[in-house]
Amino acid sequence: MAVTEVHHGTEVHPGPVTPTLWHRARWVVDDSLVITKRNLLAWWRVPAYIVFTVVQPVMFVLLFRYVFGGAIQVPVPGGYVNYLIPGIIGQTAGFASFSTAIGLTHDIQRGGVDRIKSMPTARSAFLLGRLTADTLRLLLTTLVMVAIGYAVGFSFSGGAGYAVAMVALSTLLGLAVCCVAALIGLAVKDEEAVQAFGLIWIFPLTFVSSAFVPIRSMPSWLQAFARNQPFTQVINALRVLALGPRVEPVVRESLSSATWISLVWLVGAIVVFVPLATRAYKRA
Amino acid sequence: MIIEVSGLKKHFGHVEALRGVDFAVLEGKVLGLLGPNGAGKTTAVRILTTLLVPSGGRATVCGYDVAHHPAAVRRVIGLAGQATAITPDLTGYENLEMAGRLYHLGKVTARRRAHGLLERFDLSDASNRQAKTYSGGMLRRLDLAASLIGRPQVLFLDEPTTGLDPRSRLGMWAIIRELVASGTTLLLCTQYLDEADELANDIVVIDHGLVIASGTSEVLKDRVGGDVVEFSVTDRTRLSAAVDAVAGLSVTVPTVDPEAGRVQVHAGGRGSEVLVEAVRGLDAAGVVTAGLALRRPSLDDVFMSLTGHTAEEAEAAAGVGGAGPGRAGAGGRRSSKRPGGRS
Repeated sequence: MAVTEVHHGTEVHPGPVTPTLWHRARWVVDDSLVITKRNLLAWWRVPAYIVFTVVQPVMFVLLFRYVFGGAIQVPVPGGYVNYLIPGIIGQTAGFASFSTAIGLTHDIQRGGVDRIKSMPTARSAFLLGRLTADTLRLLLTTLVMVAIGYAVGFSFSGGAGYAVAMVALSTLLGLAVCCVAALIGLAVKDEEAVQAFGLIWIFPLTFVSSAFVPIRSMPSWLQAFARNQPFTQVINALRVLALGPRVEPVVRESLSSATWISLVWLVGAIVVFVPLATRAYKRA
Repeated sequence: MIIEVSGLKKHFGHVEALRGVDFAVLEGKVLGLLGPNGAGKTTAVRILTTLLVPSGGRATVCGYDVAHHPAAVRRVIGLAGQATAITPDLTGYENLEMAGRLYHLGKVTARRRAHGLLERFDLSDASNRQAKTYSGGMLRRLDLAASLIGRPQVLFLDEPTTGLDPRSRLGMWAIIRELVASGTTLLLCTQYLDEADELANDIVVIDHGLVIASGTSEVLKDRVGGDVVEFSVTDRTRLSAAVDAVAGLSVTVPTVDPEAGRVQVHAGGRGSEVLVEAVRGLDAAGVVTAGLALRRPSLDDVFMSLTGHTAEEAEAAAGVGGAGPGRAGAGGRRSSKRPGGRS
């Protein structure tokens, strides 16, 4: 059928207009921000979600500080609380990924993305908006935990610059874990399965790490995994940043190498998993 | 042609959802895509709205091939249906404004259109309430409004009244009629025969991934013999006497349901004459009847005569329907509620 026959009596399209790269880049940013706002508003209106974001991490801090903490010996200046807070911030970043995976699965299961996919909206916006919203929420949680940490005896001892760097690195950790979780959520597409699967990979990574106890207290066969897995690398870096270079001997890491190894892990995860998750979203 | 579909095929693994479907929609017209669950309607709509890539054949919307220029297609279409795209925790207004922004309308335009649509669909009072507090009918109206915010030339409505109560359903119908009157081209996907009858100019009946009939609802109805004079025989032993009394009046052999004692006389275009003659004949034969009536054939009759089974049986054969609670349609027939599975 000739194209000229198609448009009788209606506004004629001059053929598919290809938007410029500039437009498309702007739409990715604008559309992602619209989706970010949607997710943050939806979160803000459900009190249970706020409790999950804020109260649960606080409970973890209090639990480890006052219940388990007394039994854990660490040679860190300021005692266990200074060891704990960077670790628990890293663990919380890992757990933030649950809401990413479950949120995406929920939207897809309901058929909620069909219309957005049928609109001129940027393809990557739904995923990027979700990641941005979850990362911002995690940042809030992290700040709450720092405040609670101060209330129970923690203090940054490396200076303001290091403190800001620690919060930034933990946020990047959260983003990276959320990227992995996004792929899982989009690939599995079942809320309960995603939840179960999340426990299977997040629990070992966060608990079999240097987050709560020194790795040398673990059996030797476990130490090899615990010492080299990415969460430990990042948590070590968080700890050095929080407490300053004087804890380098305790975690047996130098500030620069711990930070570099962490950055390689995290940026690598983001670079690998964002395209994979975007592809999974297009297919979902 | 605003929508043109030829030889469209889609398979999922070994399952053939569409096996070569052809249809076309003229500008400003309503095409009813009719069929039971699992017939392939939703697959066709998902291909036309660029959510699925066809396995074979061709589909164009406003001249753009959906497989090759999906981005161009997305700029001229709207998709609405079962309100799954509504974010329940956002207010009605926020949902519309968000949809407007995602259509790349400017902030000001998105706001203005959102308010306009809320007004038009009688949702102004509820505009600042979260969508999760809306009734089923309000949600569908909001969903429809969201799909219109980009002023699409073609609107796809996927089962817009499934699961609604009869009153909300009539409300939706009124809104859809208004839209069509204002010039929107519409592809309406439905499993309700009366809905297609009520709203569509042309109807395409799909069953098992194939088009089994198409035409206006009048053309389809004429295929089953026009008007129907229908009655029940109270005394079953008199059933054959009753059939004999009216057999001469029927264009085709009368349809007899021996269990219910019901007889349908196919009257062609002479409905009222046949009705009068049937009353005389039955009276002369001394048969007592109940519920003697003249009616236009329903699309259900059409479906029955085309496929040899009712829409509900087809649905059961497709293995998706059946279990849901029945709902009395405005046309008086019961249809199974769609359980949420996609065809």
